[in-house]
Amino acid sequence: MSKVNESMSLANPSPPFLDLQQKLASALGAIGLLILLIAFGGYSFERPMMALISSLGLISVGTIWFSLRAYLTKSAGIKNDGVYFSNISYRGLAAWIAGIVITGFYILLYWFPQMLGQGAAANTGLVGLFDPLSFAIKGFAASQWFVYGVLYTVAILAFGIKFILKYRHNKYQVLRTISVMFFQLGFAFLLPEFLQAMNQPYYNFANMWPLNYYFFDGYNMASYTGGTNFGLLMILWGLGMVFIISPILTYFYGKRWYCSWVCGCGGLAETAGDPFRQLSDKSILAWNIERWMIHGVLLFSFVMTAGVLSTYFTGEANGWVSKNGFLIIMAAIVGFIVLFTLWRKEEIRQSGENIPLYIIGASVAVFILVLITHFSGYFLLNSDALRKWYGFFIGSAFSGVVGVGFYPLMGSRVWCRFGCPMAAILGLQQKFFSRFRITTNGGQCISCGNCSTYCEMGIDVRAYAQKGQNIVRASCVGCGVCSAVCPRGVLRLEGGKADLHSKTDELKTIHITEDQIQILS
Amino acid sequence: MHIAIIGNGISGVTAARWIRKLSDHKITIISSESKFFYSRTALMYIYMGHMRQKDTQPYEAGFWSKNRIDLVHKHVESIDFAGKKLNFKAGQLGYDKLILAVGSKSNKFGWPGQDLGKVGGLYHLQDLDYMEKHSKGLERAVIVGGGLIGIEMAEMFASRKIPVTMLVREESYWNNVLPAEESEMISRHIKHHGIDLKLGCNLDQIIDDGTGNASAVIVKETGEKIDCGFVGLTAGVSPNIGFLKGTDLDLSRGIKVNKYLETNIKDVYAIGDCADQQEPTEGRRGIEAIWYTGRMMGETVAYNICDKQVAYNPGIWFNSAKFLDIEYQVYGTVLARPAEHHVSIYWEHEDGEKSVRIVYDKNTHEILGFNLMGVRYRHEVCEKWLANKVHIEEVLAQLALANFDPEFYKMYEQDVINIYNKQTGKNIKSKSKRSWNLVHQFLKG
Repeated sequence: MSKVNESMSLANPSPPFLDLQQKLASALGAIGLLILLIAFGGYSFERPMMALISSLGLISVGTIWFSLRAYLTKSAGIKNDGVYFSNISYRGLAAWIAGIVITGFYILLYWFPQMLGQGAAANTGLVGLFDPLSFAIKGFAASQWFVYGVLYTVAILAFGIKFILKYRHNKYQVLRTISVMFFQLGFAFLLPEFLQAMNQPYYNFANMWPLNYYFFDGYNMASYTGGTNFGLLMILWGLGMVFIISPILTYFYGKRWYCSWVCGCGGLAETAGDPFRQLSDKSILAWNIERWMIHGVLLFSFVMTAGVLSTYFTGEANGWVSKNGFLIIMAAIVGFIVLFTLWRKEEIRQSGENIPLYIIGASVAVFILVLITHFSGYFLLNSDALRKWYGFFIGSAFSGVVGVGFYPLMGSRVWCRFGCPMAAILGLQQKFFSRFRITTNGGQCISCGNCSTYCEMGIDVRAYAQKGQNIVRASCVGCGVCSAVCPRGVLRLEGGKADLHSKTDELKTIHITEDQIQILS
Repeated sequence: MHIAIIGNGISGVTAARWIRKLSDHKITIISSESKFFYSRTALMYIYMGHMRQKDTQPYEAGFWSKNRIDLVHKHVESIDFAGKKLNFKAGQLGYDKLILAVGSKSNKFGWPGQDLGKVGGLYHLQDLDYMEKHSKGLERAVIVGGGLIGIEMAEMFASRKIPVTMLVREESYWNNVLPAEESEMISRHIKHHGIDLKLGCNLDQIIDDGTGNASAVIVKETGEKIDCGFVGLTAGVSPNIGFLKGTDLDLSRGIKVNKYLETNIKDVYAIGDCADQQEPTEGRRGIEAIWYTGRMMGETVAYNICDKQVAYNPGIWFNSAKFLDIEYQVYGTVLARPAEHHVSIYWEHEDGEKSVRIVYDKNTHEILGFNLMGVRYRHEVCEKWLANKVHIEEVLAQLALANFDPEFYKMYEQDVINIYNKQTGKNIKSKSKRSWNLVHQFLKG
């Protein structure tokens, strides 16, 4: 609690612009970024480790100091003042510059790593700056991916602290943010690096197929099945995550257990991306594009993976499972999809959503492809090309360049909403087989629009809340911000099995019942 | 049949939506304020930069044509009730049935200077534009009146770091509605936000700067002169019925309606802020300028227009607001000055920003009401207890069922019960928890 400041109304101690401390904090962060820029420009620091630590330290300290001044000088509560007057958070010049810089960084990262200093023999430039840290952690030189991992993690940690300060009155937000910070630092960054240091495959236990689309790639399969028990453990864990753990957790908690508590993409969106959450498009048109696009990507990833695996199992490299075994696994998966859809057919019918039917059709088609491959010996589509195009369009261009580069222009969840095949699967489970929903508090909604505005997934939350209807949407990542910003205490994230099949049936603001009506003759 | 609705606020729009659900009548909504329906309660968020004006519009532009609701963005100058025609500056519009949902206007109590420039209320979109226009370089705003709109306006200016003075007639903020402790809490909270809250102060006059604009106010009690560049008049609202005076329509402070929301003129109805119920439900006022009642009247009038007669019944009282950072919810009867047989259980968190008040009847021990600050309770659960006049001790034992705070939030139900136990020497224990399954069982059981 900040103490009562009686003078505020007289002396106006908090001017509308940044205060001196915030300016200093910004300067520190800028110096940190400048060091990276100098390295990128090709300058070799005498003591690169010092330079790198200074840079990352200055960026972190700058961000945290700035946030301390921004939030702790005010009482705890919703802090959206001026969001739509701000140059950075409402598509001003600063937002465009940030968007172009981040997009540019991703383009270099994916397609021109040599420009970042990634060398065949020795690294220079930005990648070279990270060499000492990489040596310290795992004993060999950095790659552009190491640079990316470090910067990504620093962003989630520093902006995570900012987010916690901003929402310090809301325990759900605080715990959720600590969780994404923990999973990014521990599971996504340190653990895989240490595994590599111990000569084990690079593996992030929290990243599952199909988000991790290279999980079943030939070289990964070879590395997992390369004879070590650890490799086998990883592939079992990976399959267990997709087919057992994730459906169970989604049944109980909704997809949020992953998308806004664990996932790295979600982690960045919720922390560094938070200032941009209001930029998501809430229109019905955007929703329709979203439905087709995300499930299209899901299908693409399914076909691509089936192709890669078909080729793998019919090719020279025989792994831990036979060609027949693979066919049985595919039959089981497709059978599971068909049975799941039939089992939830009532929910699907009620929702009026026909996408599950297309998914059944598509998965049967994929199975036929696999079957043909089984007997003919080759996948009808060029699986190598599929894999390449998937990697280019979805893995790099969509999730990276557009997904993060366009934060300041289209909001922080573009990838999660329109592209992520993992989110698509979890979404289908959430919509048709989960206890999770956002409940609406009777008739208390005043249609103000804060919930919809601050929904990073572009859900028009208000459209449901003002009818007194519960919100059950495939895309909801359960960030809980709609509930936090609601000025009337209308929304609550919760789950229960009591009304599993009728979560959205009731419209609570309707207050006239049939028995109140007299029909006039 | 052509149904014309004057006013596109929550009442008029709800009426239109329900008429469309129930019939194929031609529907026209007329408003001079804005082309599209927006949420009036969200005006403050536009000024504070939380939302754009279009974000406060609950329906996309295509909604209206899809539902065959015609929108006319014009001002109705007068109504020819006999000829069933609305007169615009240019042109006319005929109707078969008319719904008046014309809303409110800010109160002015004849203060000298009340019509000067740089003096404004906060009700219409145009009021917001006016505030915006005069905010640049503003060194102090004075707000006259301490109700819900007053504190909103204070929060708005404060969000732009514009110093604010609030002149509040009462000795504590909104203490004609809030019980003493809650009123104290909010008064404290207002000051905590650096707003200069002057309690027990009335406006004497607004000083003209010589160019027809306000430059200062004089406080009646102290004679103090407060220099300011804007004066907000937020001493309540009253029905916006000026243009109906002198017609055949039967008026009081508002438009008189019976329980079917019919006026004295056949085929003319009035709903929302402007309607004055001639036979209000017991314990309710004739005029209630509340979002929720506006919505209920909109639904009710639609049934009546579509030949399904139903009396307006607002049900059990509920309301909500947000005072800067403190959310407020009320269910049932919680009086500022409680009746002799009303007993309160009042718990307040040590941070002074959360409280729960439960009121029950001393003689019958029936539950009467809930008043919540900084804690969210579930509407339907409280409503069911209230409707069934449940015994206070049963409510207390099950109190956690009503808790609507987000997951992981600390629950204070046992603390509330302990206050009751202390007051009565009983030993009630909380026997429930915050669980959707239990709530569902309770509501459907």
